[in-house]
Amino acid sequence: MVVTKHTLVALVEDKPGVLNRVASLFRRRGFNIESIAVGHSEKPNLSRMTIVVDGTTTSVEQVRKQLDKLPDVIKVSDITEDNIIARELALIKVHATSATRSEIIEIVDIFRANIVDVAADSVTIEATGDEEKIGSLLKLVRGFGIKEIARTGRIAMSRGGPGLLPLEGKSAKANNKK
Amino acid sequence: MKMTGAQILCDGMVKEGVEIIFGFPGGAVLPLYDTLPQYSQLRHILVRHEQCAAHAADGYARATGKVGVCLATSGPGASNLVTGIATAHLDSSPIVAITGQVARAFIGKDAFQEVDITGITLPITKHNYLVLDTASLGKVVREAFHLARMGRPGPVLIDIPRDVLAEAVDFHPPSQTELSGYKPTLQGHPAQIKKAAKLIAEARQPVILAGRGIIISGAHDELKQLAETAQLPVITTLLGIGCFPESHFLSYGMLGMHGMAYANMAVNAADLIIAIGMRFDDRATGKVSAFAPDARIIHIDIDPAEIGKNVRVDVPIVGDVKVILQALNKLITPIEHIEWVKQLDTWRREHPSISIRDSDGLLPQYVVQQLYEVTQGEAIIATGVGQNQMWAAQHYCYHKPNSFISSGGLGTMGFGLPAAMGAKAGCPDSTVWCIDGDGSLQMTIQELATIVQEKLAVKIAILNNGYLGMVRQWQQLFYGKRYVATPLSGPDFVKIAEGYGLPGLLVKHRDGVRPAIEQAMAHPGPFLIDFRVEPEENVYPMVPPGASLAEVLEAPKPETKAADSAKLPVSNI
Ligand SMILES: Cc1ncc(C[n+]2csc(CCOP(=O)(O)OP(=O)(O)O)c2C)c(N)n1
Ligand SMILES: [Mg+2]
Repeated sequence: MVVTKHTLVALVEDKPGVLNRVASLFRRRGFNIESIAVGHSEKPNLSRMTIVVDGTTTSVEQVRKQLDKLPDVIKVSDITEDNIIARELALIKVHATSATRSEIIEIVDIFRANIVDVAADSVTIEATGDEEKIGSLLKLVRGFGIKEIARTGRIAMSRGGPGLLPLEGKSAKANNKK
Repeated sequence: MKMTGAQILCDGMVKEGVEIIFGFPGGAVLPLYDTLPQYSQLRHILVRHEQCAAHAADGYARATGKVGVCLATSGPGASNLVTGIATAHLDSSPIVAITGQVARAFIGKDAFQEVDITGITLPITKHNYLVLDTASLGKVVREAFHLARMGRPGPVLIDIPRDVLAEAVDFHPPSQTELSGYKPTLQGHPAQIKKAAKLIAEARQPVILAGRGIIISGAHDELKQLAETAQLPVITTLLGIGCFPESHFLSYGMLGMHGMAYANMAVNAADLIIAIGMRFDDRATGKVSAFAPDARIIHIDIDPAEIGKNVRVDVPIVGDVKVILQALNKLITPIEHIEWVKQLDTWRREHPSISIRDSDGLLPQYVVQQLYEVTQGEAIIATGVGQNQMWAAQHYCYHKPNSFISSGGLGTMGFGLPAAMGAKAGCPDSTVWCIDGDGSLQMTIQELATIVQEKLAVKIAILNNGYLGMVRQWQQLFYGKRYVATPLSGPDFVKIAEGYGLPGLLVKHRDGVRPAIEQAMAHPGPFLIDFRVEPEENVYPMVPPGASLAEVLEAPKPETKAADSAKLPVSNI
């Protein structure tokens, strides 16, 4: 059975303890969560989670179904096979001297990233993109000396389509394939 | 109208049809206990240990089909419920557990008798609540009962801080429960049902594997119609016992580790498995990679997460078993499987599996068989865990749903007596026997006090072998007969019973079995019989752990008494 990276998105009640319920289910079924990102969704009382896990398709389908049974989880989909937009945000603090600063800025420009802070011996880069882009950027600036990295983990969304929870009556069918 | 949290809770329970609460008081729930007398519809039964409150609620739920309720105080009261909640969770039993919590201002401060019971029970409840807003309590109670019984039933816990119970707020009865996150599918997919009907029509060697889901959804009649129309042999899981009359000519007993050899052989040879309301537990399937190697599998269950979890399935149908069987029955035309059924009958003749060996000793199987004869199969049987449980499953002939109450999934020793107590409280007109082990009973024996105080006429049959018998059996068969930590000495159960205020009898000989059971039945109150059975009797057949269903160990001496009457179809007696 091939283990691949899966991206699950879930709409959950915005209540205390819900993150714990979701995370606990992954732990109990033996999954290592690679990243989990939580924030508001388009619905006032619902949060959106993007969870990235490694697993075989059948085992991930099993947790997806277990998650779906939680009353606080309104909807959960494995969108790995969809045509998706996936992004994460990274803050990278790189060691910089007057000699290296301009070279770093050049690399940052190529990646359409930003310098968001400059200190005497460092610059902090803000970059968004998929993991690959951030990985490549990291590779190029690693030589200067990295002091600190913070990454949000992936957030993702299918291209086009009605959304995870379509408005009542609107193309509900397209969304029912999961 | 102003109501306190405690009143809102009681009012909610009354509206949900609660009749009995099994509980044990303490500081955090005092406001609730103080309120209980205002609600005469709610009978409180004081247990002697909170674990037993949960088991009793579970036993009540399994016997009546209604939601059982247990109640404990914060801290140790709540943590004592854990084993009982986990037991109900694994066997999909609907209970609502109510726990007191320290006052809101103390939560998270390691206050006296504070435990994070919602955190602790997260993986063993269907859902749980910590109620921080008194005004939401009415809605929470309603949702909790709804969740406990809806879809695949299970335990729900409500943790209520002491000051929430005491606080008075404006009360507005909750409106209709709307749980957007929990909407089980009830109707099976018509195309899938059609596919299933087609497979059934084509099968040559089909069997039905019937589980507790049939009992929960009340689909016994539909099951019978399906089995009879298409001549489908019915084999049950341990918890499916009672969903199909075991005296029926198409009943072939139970499958699995201590299932009938012929049932396991049938599963192994089947070309079609129609699994209904069961979850392919490893004790039922044996080595799962070798399970039913030649069969296509139809799996009908209300829980989509059960589909494909343990075995590959050809035709999954998600929905309520009763609704699906009704639809399926419309598509089934009468078929016969004469050769196949003959084959099963031959296997049953050659491998009788549950015949009782010849012995002058007091055999535990004989005790169970006599219990069957005296009660004529009309009793509700609750069991301990171990050999006693398997003998109770094998040698009593069940013909009604909700008549076999046993901890299948968790295998909780100590379940028997409190579960019997709950069953008797819920079904006062039924005869309730607890068939228990000497080890299991000692885990919850203090509940003898409860049945005496509450006048619950539970009858107790201890299959006293002086051992943790099932573990001893494994040591005998797989650990070179090294009986480490399995011999049990004493106590004198009859004296114990007398100490608690119920009559007890000691039976050491075969001749004493029937009169003792009759005496217990004639006695109006609770009664205990200590049967000193053969200490080293084993449970057979047995599929060794890790082996496939094809590798059944049968009783060493196959020559048997005339095939036992208990489990043979009526037509063969
Ligand atoms: C709470 C708990 N602890 C341990 C076990 C493991 N166990 C399973 S069967 C068994 C022996 C039960 O002994 P007894 O109740 O005397 O029943 P017998 O098998 O002798 O009929 C044990 C210890 C268990 N199932 N439950
Ligand atoms: Mg024993």
